[in-house]
Amino acid sequence: MTPPAAPARGRFEIFLGYAAGVGKTYQMLEAGQELRRKGVDAVIGYFEPHGRKDTISRTEGLEVVPRRKLEYRGTIFEEMDTDVILRRKPEVCLVDELAHTNVPGSERSKRWQDVHVLLDAGISVITSLNIQHLESLNDQIWQMTGVRVRETIPDWVVDQADEIVVVDVTPRALRHRLERGVIYSREKADKALENFFTEQNLSALREIAMRHAAHEIEEKLSAQDDLAPADGAALSPVPASPPRRKECILICIDERPASIVLIRRGRRVADYLRAECLAIYVSPDAALAGLSPEDREAVERHLGFARNLRIRTEIVEGLDLAAGVVQFAHEHGVTQVFMGRSVSRNWKQRLHGTTLERVVRLARDVEITIVAERRR
Amino acid sequence: MPDQRPSPEELLRRVEAEERQASRGRLKIFLGYASRVGKSFRMLDEGRRRKQRGQDVVIGFIQSKVEPEVQCLVGTLEVIPGLRLRSDGTEVEVLDVIAILKRHPQVCLVDELARDNPPGSRNPKRWQDVQELLGAGITVVTAVNLQHIAERQDAIERITGKRAQQTVPEAFIRSADEIVIVDAPPEDLHQREPGSAADTRRLSELRELALLMAAEVVDAQLHQCLQLQGVEVFLGSQERILVCITPRSNARRMLESGRRNAERFHCGFLAVYVRQAGLPPADEELVEKYLALARESGAEVHILEAADSAQAILDFARAHAVTQLFVGHSLNSRWREMLFGNPLDQMIRAADAMDVRIFPHPASS
Repeated sequence: MTPPAAPARGRFEIFLGYAAGVGKTYQMLEAGQELRRKGVDAVIGYFEPHGRKDTISRTEGLEVVPRRKLEYRGTIFEEMDTDVILRRKPEVCLVDELAHTNVPGSERSKRWQDVHVLLDAGISVITSLNIQHLESLNDQIWQMTGVRVRETIPDWVVDQADEIVVVDVTPRALRHRLERGVIYSREKADKALENFFTEQNLSALREIAMRHAAHEIEEKLSAQDDLAPADGAALSPVPASPPRRKECILICIDERPASIVLIRRGRRVADYLRAECLAIYVSPDAALAGLSPEDREAVERHLGFARNLRIRTEIVEGLDLAAGVVQFAHEHGVTQVFMGRSVSRNWKQRLHGTTLERVVRLARDVEITIVAERRR
Repeated sequence: MPDQRPSPEELLRRVEAEERQASRGRLKIFLGYASRVGKSFRMLDEGRRRKQRGQDVVIGFIQSKVEPEVQCLVGTLEVIPGLRLRSDGTEVEVLDVIAILKRHPQVCLVDELARDNPPGSRNPKRWQDVQELLGAGITVVTAVNLQHIAERQDAIERITGKRAQQTVPEAFIRSADEIVIVDAPPEDLHQREPGSAADTRRLSELRELALLMAAEVVDAQLHQCLQLQGVEVFLGSQERILVCITPRSNARRMLESGRRNAERFHCGFLAVYVRQAGLPPADEELVEKYLALARESGAEVHILEAADSAQAILDFARAHAVTQLFVGHSLNSRWREMLFGNPLDQMIRAADAMDVRIFPHPASS
């Protein structure tokens, strides 16, 4: 007996903004209204009204799937009810705030995972997202704005969208909206204007959002070329460059927190260069037995973090860090090694050089990138 | 650290610029990558909202054939009828600049910024009409299609095979106080008749171009704003690659990689050389060759005079908001001094706000 064929995956569309209040939710609902007018069965799976009248008015006539209530530490939280949506099985489901983290006790920890369940069931999803939630931008956003964004979304989830639409307003218009109390309450708005919503922060975020959307379009076009090279070549605006070795980036992880910065940056550069991306930890033993429990936990956490970003990880057995890195690089066709800055020079390093020095000396034709420190 | 304080001349220039700006109307542009993305709708919707907030808004020009939802908005606003002129046997509508100046609204909406006026008009181009309105202190909200920007015609032609007859200079677009990108999926544009895959592809390419152009404008405005405030903050919203050229580096590989990376990131690409005294003629020749190669690769080449080359490069990199510094190393017998004595070692340690990419020298392999 053959199992029933899985339904075709739903279409995945993201309205991308650069800050709260640019109008993502409004546009998402507007798209839902447009579909409804055309006779498409579109429902609201989750929508965050934020008390914005203009936005709330756009829900009129659209069916809202009731939310699921969950208790956590004595407070009732409301989350999207994925099971009910699956049973209701609309053609299109509108889901606000893709980067949302579900309350503990939910079936899945992230809303994007719920969205994946809907897509897998053949339900198309239209959703909203702000650029600062992109995992690979987390350190840069913190450096720029002083805000450490807690709710992040792996870049590959966004890459999978069939369509990303930029929702744009000028920072000036956005600040006016804040001043008029359209986005937040008066008190919260004043704070926001002074901190996150400064003209320069908003401009920088806006530029990043535009560039990211452009990048996603380029990647889609390039993927099409790979599928149909003969056809694409004639249409491509840039003359085809000679074939070259595919880039491969290797990230050297250790127990230091800076490893996270390294992983994010490596992932981002790999995405732009269309490079493969690997991460390793060099250890005398595969079980990491020589590490203190804290360090072992940190290394494992960093490797897990890398895997979440779809980076292949490996623990490489070796007594000598530099030699281990270089040997792995040579065996795996690595073109670029990402490393952190070497720390204090102890007597051993004074004798043999820091790890970085030794990697550079041994690496021969491999490039080595020492990633910027993010500070404020 | 270079002296960042503005000179008295610079301060005067800024004050004058501010005064000019204060009496001038503001220019706001809605930029779309094709027709039917919804530029006119956004422009008129902005007019409606401004009117709701008590501003005196008029329509200076709107196309006669518009979608029903756009027509709805037109109905809510005062229209100053255009002048009808005959040109080559057809009737053309142009902005009635005199009527608008006389009416003197706070805000004037002008659709289709890139139109040419027929011969004998007050100004040859509509954007010049708009400039007059701005000069009279009237704020203008307008809409333009990327395909009508003069300097982008080569890129547009590569994508669409066509050049626009009527264009507006990019400098005018960049002079806008605010620019808004109007984005929509290509599929939404050919709702009535589904477009071919080639159409969709062309539209996607135009869309990417529009987003990148808007990002450039935002970046330029951001740096201007930072400069005016006199603050030196590093935002890194745009990648910038700087290749350091020395006679001993594998410049060819660094430049090739720099060019490719700049293409992928759509970012700034610079090359720098710090002049060294007493270089052997063979090395001088090499440097000249590398600099020529850098220019060919599309890098903006800078030659610096400084005693401390590492410091000079770092200062330069900071001033140009560089995010990726490409340096070469050589593994000859003196590798340790080359790399970890002065100046490279110093550079790697000091360049902590940017990625440093070290390129091996072929002699070492």
